[in-house]
Amino acid sequence: MLRRFKPRLRTAGLAATLTLAAALGGGIAYADEAKVQYLPLQTYRTGAYASSGTPIWAGRLDYFTYLNETQGGINGVKLIWDECETNYEVEKGVECYERTKGGKDGSPTAAVFPNADHISKALIERSAKDKIPVVTLAYGLTEAVDGSVFPYYFPAILSFYSEASSVVNFIADKVGGKDKLKGVKIATVYHDSPYGRETIAPLELLAKTYGFENIQIPVPHPGADQTAQWAKVRELKPDWIFLRGWGVMTPVAIKTAAKTGFPVDHIIGGVWSTSEEDVRPAGAAGKGYLGLTPFPAGANFPIHDKIKAEVIDKNKSDLRDPKSFGSVYYNSGLVEAILITEAIRTAQGKFGARALNGEETQWGLEHLNITEERIKEIGATGLFPPLKLGLHDHEGGGQAKVLQWDGAKWTAVSDWIHADTDLLKPLILEKSAAYAKEKGITPRTE
Amino acid sequence: MTASQDLGERRSIRSLDFLVAPAIAVAFAVVGFGVIPAFGNDYWLNAILIPFLIMSLIGLGLNLLLGYAGQASLGSGGFMAVGAYVTYNVLLRLPALPLPFALLIGGLVAGAAGVAFGLPSLRIRAFYLLASTLAAQFLLEWLFNQFPWFSNYSPSGLISAPRLEFLGYDLTDARGRYLLTLTTVSLLTWLAYNLVRSQTGRNWQAIRDMDTAAAIIGIPVGSNKLLAFFVSSFVIGVGGALWAFAYLGSVDSRTFSLDRSFTVMFIVIIGGLGSISGGYIGAAFMVLLPILIDRVAGALFGGAIDGGQIQNLQHALFGALIIFFLAKEPNGLAALIKTFAARICKPRSSS
Repeated sequence: MLRRFKPRLRTAGLAATLTLAAALGGGIAYADEAKVQYLPLQTYRTGAYASSGTPIWAGRLDYFTYLNETQGGINGVKLIWDECETNYEVEKGVECYERTKGGKDGSPTAAVFPNADHISKALIERSAKDKIPVVTLAYGLTEAVDGSVFPYYFPAILSFYSEASSVVNFIADKVGGKDKLKGVKIATVYHDSPYGRETIAPLELLAKTYGFENIQIPVPHPGADQTAQWAKVRELKPDWIFLRGWGVMTPVAIKTAAKTGFPVDHIIGGVWSTSEEDVRPAGAAGKGYLGLTPFPAGANFPIHDKIKAEVIDKNKSDLRDPKSFGSVYYNSGLVEAILITEAIRTAQGKFGARALNGEETQWGLEHLNITEERIKEIGATGLFPPLKLGLHDHEGGGQAKVLQWDGAKWTAVSDWIHADTDLLKPLILEKSAAYAKEKGITPRTE
Repeated sequence: MTASQDLGERRSIRSLDFLVAPAIAVAFAVVGFGVIPAFGNDYWLNAILIPFLIMSLIGLGLNLLLGYAGQASLGSGGFMAVGAYVTYNVLLRLPALPLPFALLIGGLVAGAAGVAFGLPSLRIRAFYLLASTLAAQFLLEWLFNQFPWFSNYSPSGLISAPRLEFLGYDLTDARGRYLLTLTTVSLLTWLAYNLVRSQTGRNWQAIRDMDTAAAIIGIPVGSNKLLAFFVSSFVIGVGGALWAFAYLGSVDSRTFSLDRSFTVMFIVIIGGLGSISGGYIGAAFMVLLPILIDRVAGALFGGAIDGGQIQNLQHALFGALIIFFLAKEPNGLAALIKTFAARICKPRSSS
């Protein structure tokens, strides 16, 4: 029986081999003289974290499209990108990184944005070896703030240590000063992953300094059922909850909190638990919920009008859900895009208006200085404060605001809150020094 | 086709096998150690070959236990974690010890863990045993997550290899990690190949086919079962250490979750129970096929269809392929390929 099919099977085998060769070998041939800049995009459009990621990429790609459409890219160098799906898995993330690190259409890869904490951490050594910066806005390995040990990793805007410290400072403000924190019970309900565990060390230090009671409650991935964790909350009766969720974990936490009777207006979401996409699915239960984030909500900044006119109204937007326009995550994508394009602009000032490689972009990132005037030019006044990065400061910002959800929109309920940088910096330097020692790295001085 | 014809055909394959096997081994060695490191680029080494080889090794490890000795286990992820965390701690705390010894110790401790969690196999079988190995998976994953000592108090619980070098050679680049992986995998595959053809391998197969009968003909059933757990977990442990340090670079305990154990089990079932090549074929299917589908889909529909939809279609296609191949040949892809090769190799005159 089988024998009759033999020729056909052979042909099929040959065809399969050719497809394989074409699929894997494709894209290696470069076109010369191409004035484009490649910025690959890692996505996870399916699974428990898709709801958080999708608006971020929309914000990012809409800004790229806006630059391409209105200004021909950056100084005439158009931005190009493609998507690689990671399913939010480290293995796939590494594969995507390896796939895209060689560049595309004649352009080297300028930088990578994993938008996934654990993937970014798996790329630390690889990217340093390949000299491609990994940019992680408001997430990622905190000790990489010390650029002398981590030259190619940028946890910009707000590190996790700063996030934890800002939350404590907000609570201090609410209870009437840092000296009143003594005895206050603060429970951190966190995603049990390298991302979630980042705040354990700073909170320990802050608790020791200010005397508040520090409770840590881990939620296993993906956090779709949190009955056990909120039963524990009920038992321990904390005064405040610092919720560090991601994806589906946040709405489930808010709903479960409401069910167990914990007051939602005493829950402060972290950066990755504070967007419309997190609270809308929680419905009425989310009313009064607080969230701390360096990114504002709303589509009323001048840049939004420009994007609406040039990108959205012309059907070139990457938005999957039009309601996400101007959401906190969408705006974080905008800030991410502004940050990298400004870094490329800075580097172009030194290396010329052409496609840049990772090493040149790293120079641009480390010399990035987005002033108030420049922000105004972009039309992003209020979207983020002026930002300056440097060799010893890959974070730059370190401040955030607390927003409150009224059931339909976010309202800022605090001014910019600063983290206790002086208190935390020694801890960060201690960790980066330990890393340098373990890996045998000599810290850079310039 | 008559029965005698069928028998004759099988015999001819066997004789071919005998002649071809060493030639294939030599060809693989030349290509694997010579051609690929010389011409392979970073993407092929880092993203395709290294994970493929390591998952093949881990599949092989479980195949020794499940395919040869007939003991089901869902603890593979846990044993991988033991290998990885022990190797990490040996490298960190005993810096004088060379890398191969750290891997060896990682494997031995994983083997010991395998024996400990294999003890229930003395009393229970099949699905009941499977359920008890789940305990290994959960306990070990929890252990490394819970006690920061294992990750040297790393703030995020991540571990990464302090150094990868052997006899003064730096193995941190793609080529070095590939050669480390290939050498380890070849060595262990060679050992496993000989082991299953030894008295021990025959004992395991006798126990797999009917343990009461095996006991009656004088095979020590209990010690052989535990030995199978030891050898299997040893191989899986070494594989786990390679997965952590030669492939990913840094991992946390979630890397070795139950999902990983299922993947390993699917590799064995799809590749072919009770065959050395099954692990390789299964790993190619489970590790490489999704990447291929992704790239083909990206090349065909990229930009035209929403990225999320392409992903869902890919998952559906991958699932359909699993069902198709298992329906076509329940004994796995190794058996399917063997039949196919036999058809092609068979002289035309006999048709």
